[in-house]
Amino acid sequence: MSIQAPERLSFIGRDIERVDARLKVTGRATYAYEYPAEHVAYAYGIGAAVARGRITGIDSSAAQGVEGVIAVLDHTGAPRLGETNNRELLVFQSDRVSYRGQLIAAVIAESFETARDASQLVSVSYEQDEHDVVLTEDHPASFRPEHVAYRVPEVSVGDVETALAQAEITVDQAYATAAAHHMALEPHASLAIWEEDQLTVFESSQYAYEARDVIAKLFALGPEQVRVINGYVGGGFGSKGSPRPQMVIAAMASRVVGRPVKMALTRQQMFPVSGYRGPTVQRVRLGANRDGELTAFEHRAAAQTSRLHDFAEPCTTGTRTMYAAANRFDTHRLTRLDVPTPSFCRGPGEAPGFFAVESALDELAIASGVDPVELRIRNDTTRDPSTGHEYSTRNLVACLEEGARIYGWSRRRNQEAEGWRTGHGVASSMYPTYQMPSRAAIVAYPDGTFAVRLAAVDIGTGSRTALLQIAAEQLQVPLARVNVEIGDTSLPYAVGAFASLGTASWGHAVHLAGREMRQLLEGTDTIPPEGLRVEVDTAEEIQARPAKANAAFGAQFAQVSVRRHTGEVRVDRLVGVFAAGRIVNPRTTRSQLIGGMTWGISMALLEETALDPNLGEYVTSDLASFHFASCADIPRIEASWIEEDDADINPVGVKGVGEIGIVGTAAAIANAVFDATGVRVRSLPVRLDDLLGD
Amino acid sequence: MIEHELSLYINDRLHQVVVDSRRTLLDLLREQLRLTGTKKGCDHGQCGACTVLLDGTRVNSCLVLAVTCEGAHVTTVEGLGTADALDPMQEAFVQHDALQCGYCTPGQICSAIGMLDEVRRGVPSHVSSSLEAVPAVLDEREIRERMSGNLCRCGAYVNIVDAILSQVG
Amino acid sequence: MRPFEYFRPSSLADAAQLGAVSGAKYIAGGTNLVDLMKLGVEQPDRVVDLRDVLEQEIQELEDGSIRIGAGVRNTDLASHPLIRRQYPAMSRAIVAGASGQIRNVATTGGNLLQRTRCVYFQDVSRPCNKRAPGTGCPALESGGLSRGLAIFRTSEECIATHPSDLAVALVAFDAELALWRDGQERRLPLEQLYTSQESAPGRETILEPGEIITAVHLPAPVDGRRSHYVKVRDRASFAFSLVSVAAAVELDGDTVRGVRIALGGVASRPWRARSAEQAIQGAPATSANFSRAIRDELTTAVPTADNRFKLALAHNLVVSTLEELI
Repeated sequence: MSIQAPERLSFIGRDIERVDARLKVTGRATYAYEYPAEHVAYAYGIGAAVARGRITGIDSSAAQGVEGVIAVLDHTGAPRLGETNNRELLVFQSDRVSYRGQLIAAVIAESFETARDASQLVSVSYEQDEHDVVLTEDHPASFRPEHVAYRVPEVSVGDVETALAQAEITVDQAYATAAAHHMALEPHASLAIWEEDQLTVFESSQYAYEARDVIAKLFALGPEQVRVINGYVGGGFGSKGSPRPQMVIAAMASRVVGRPVKMALTRQQMFPVSGYRGPTVQRVRLGANRDGELTAFEHRAAAQTSRLHDFAEPCTTGTRTMYAAANRFDTHRLTRLDVPTPSFCRGPGEAPGFFAVESALDELAIASGVDPVELRIRNDTTRDPSTGHEYSTRNLVACLEEGARIYGWSRRRNQEAEGWRTGHGVASSMYPTYQMPSRAAIVAYPDGTFAVRLAAVDIGTGSRTALLQIAAEQLQVPLARVNVEIGDTSLPYAVGAFASLGTASWGHAVHLAGREMRQLLEGTDTIPPEGLRVEVDTAEEIQARPAKANAAFGAQFAQVSVRRHTGEVRVDRLVGVFAAGRIVNPRTTRSQLIGGMTWGISMALLEETALDPNLGEYVTSDLASFHFASCADIPRIEASWIEEDDADINPVGVKGVGEIGIVGTAAAIANAVFDATGVRVRSLPVRLDDLLGD
Repeated sequence: MIEHELSLYINDRLHQVVVDSRRTLLDLLREQLRLTGTKKGCDHGQCGACTVLLDGTRVNSCLVLAVTCEGAHVTTVEGLGTADALDPMQEAFVQHDALQCGYCTPGQICSAIGMLDEVRRGVPSHVSSSLEAVPAVLDEREIRERMSGNLCRCGAYVNIVDAILSQVG
Repeated sequence: MRPFEYFRPSSLADAAQLGAVSGAKYIAGGTNLVDLMKLGVEQPDRVVDLRDVLEQEIQELEDGSIRIGAGVRNTDLASHPLIRRQYPAMSRAIVAGASGQIRNVATTGGNLLQRTRCVYFQDVSRPCNKRAPGTGCPALESGGLSRGLAIFRTSEECIATHPSDLAVALVAFDAELALWRDGQERRLPLEQLYTSQESAPGRETILEPGEIITAVHLPAPVDGRRSHYVKVRDRASFAFSLVSVAAAVELDGDTVRGVRIALGGVASRPWRARSAEQAIQGAPATSANFSRAIRDELTTAVPTADNRFKLALAHNLVVSTLEELI
């Protein structure tokens, strides 16, 4: 049998409708909390009211007495859990309180309303210790972490101090970024169902296999005894990359009460419990000659983590890749505080890091008198300046030039009309290209259809659609004959959706499986009723990749207006041009890039989860007090790209587009604010407080 | 728990239910009637994911006690169209890729439909340059302002505005 | 949310009786009450639904004044031709607040009785003198979050702000409330609804148990008066104000014949800037006069380190709003 069409079918690069769009617009896409379960019970969490201390007593008798309450779980009676590196998940295992809002008990009841009501009747007493929640640049307890997001914490090349001393122009400034929360619209939710010793969890997860393995260990089960289903996930942005306590509580409660149990974090509970982008304090020192050519580049970052486990925002790792400078130094400091554990958040590291670096570049442009676009072009490099590796593809300059052309950079003017002053800013974007091993299976059926199976997940990125296109391209069959099945650990292993590596990693596996299937079918006359199956693993091919530097690049241009008498800032226009490998689907890619740039506007002007140092808590813990951008904050955003053919990264040539849109945006906007007002804001978010003249 | 008998129309179908007085219209839809197309995002009227049409106007179903809905007519996303026969607004969202994770989407669509009706009825907005001009000219700026009660975290606003703009007659 | 009895009376008398007992709460739109009940901030054991008893009309009375039923939804009030034409600041104030969805449900009476959005008040695990007298006010502590809170102090124990935009505009228009109790309707200037709060920040209004706001009265429009409402907030929409201004001006040539200025986001209640009004009234309508007058008004403000910017913001906003109206 031959499935070779007479003319080659081409799907990669085609503008194809998102395959699950119709389900989503009709409300028929089912998210974790929504799966039907007979006789389900509801769990509601209770947070600690101190930032550091010990629980000395929990009186749940009043709650237990409420009609409809089935159980109250806390450290005094909860089942013992197994091991995990993620100590946020060791719920109800000890009397220690590591941060305010940490879940210390849960009520299980017949209804959500009853569980919520009873939770307020649980009375907890504490022995409170003095807490320390404030990050400073030189906190006495700070240390250099062993790694930052799997990378080394510090890189030194040449002699920065000497280069700075000899530099004709220097910039030496401190920058800060605020704590901010992911706030996916779907709250973190879990529905746990035990059948004998078999556990199924419907989970709002970016990484089903990780959730499965973690939960299996915690409950002393073999991985095959746990199934995690994450068919639809209402946004994640990093917060759902690892399981959150509600998953453990739902599974624990379900085991205790012998019924399915579901639990969603309330929006308020998501602030302490679901991770966040930690605040950063950074310092950038640049040395350059009169033409703006960098000779020294130093970037230091301080970040916080919790007492439970270390997470270090990798702020300066992106800097290692950016500009040519013979003398470079970057390093991280981390401080353990009585705060919730921060986590990966869209554009982790690069998003806050590039605010500092790309602001500093703007300061250098002003100091040197070199146009900020030209300054960046002058300092481009063809080799990774830290490792010396050649780039597989690097199109920063093309992005800057194309962006400047689209934006009309050379024709930009500062205007003032009706009290609004306009300004323009530019910044570079970059996000490293990662890939991790994944498996994929394809089954061919006698009716000519194919099932593509892997435990990938579509958290809104469009991966379902992209994988369909990649599979159909390899199989050379129409899209309608291919079904992509993802979001379930009963499918072959796939890495999670994070670090913009999903489509690259899964696409690679689907590509290989498709190729193998096509070869198999070429030597096959009849397909048996149960179908023909191939399964592949990309681990070996990934190992064999050439040692090159891999990254996506981009450039963003912002026009802002600042109202003179109120300091209000509005973004009028945002243009981004990116070079991110091969674009599988222009429609969903554009959505991803615009989404990231929207985050960038939000980060620049709005996002700060405010800390109360006395209570030791992030207190703007709802969506009325923690602001992210509303529709009214977002102008027309123009996102486009330069096609790249990069066979070194993976056979599909995909670099990933989930993160890069947010990288640099905040700097472009802050640079534009400076251009409009002459006020350099070095601490995000840029607020009217900073800009209000008298 | 104090329970009440309640009759209301959901998507033109009469439902007779017994509800806990504490239950919101949102939880009635999702937990009791299994109409899970209406989403719980914040449960406090701060995100708009739970938007439904209540007696023809858009409301946050999380802030409406079910018990107050005796005799009411509720339209949810399930009542707008089916996958084979989408409501024009649903179709516009598909065509403009005005969604990513899809969780805010049903609320966005119900809100957009209610919003267009408000414009026809002459409801002004914060950005209407004149309070005299009725109805307002529905340009991008007006749509952005009027849709600001529906937060989208994926960042699909640009496409949402385009989708709605395509439905402005 | 505690279990509660739910009543939907069909007469004011029944409503008054049902609502007069301790632990009862009236519900109209419910957009704030339901929110607070979920948080445990409000814990009524009885909820009395006023939807069948509140007036739903906006009427022009013979003396030219306007009576707005307390049950009129915010959207309908903002859209009403009389309001748009004669009291544009009111329309503007309403559409500057909340979201379309909330405005469709929230009522005129309920809007005035909203409780503060201070983050300490909203969370029952946090200290708050307003919600739990004597527990303290974290916003007043060094480092506490006070950026959005009051600069005019009405209490030593609490600097929460009143969140309503509508109330600010109504105060500028000298609106009165119709209050119903024991079969009697009485009138009360809206400004007097809000208590001084000095020693009891938890008691925000002078309403007695069982007392119901049935209507809002707007004095007849003044010839030649122009009014406006301007709100500044962090997010472009769907956010509470940092500072807002409702202002109305009548000119006599180049002289200010009459002026009304009310500020939102600066105090526990809408802040009528009376001393500024007095300074401006009868004086030439110049930016310099406006600036001097509001600067003097603001000398009584006591900002925190975090909200000191509100002084400049309020000043600039008042001056620019008045400039727009002359």
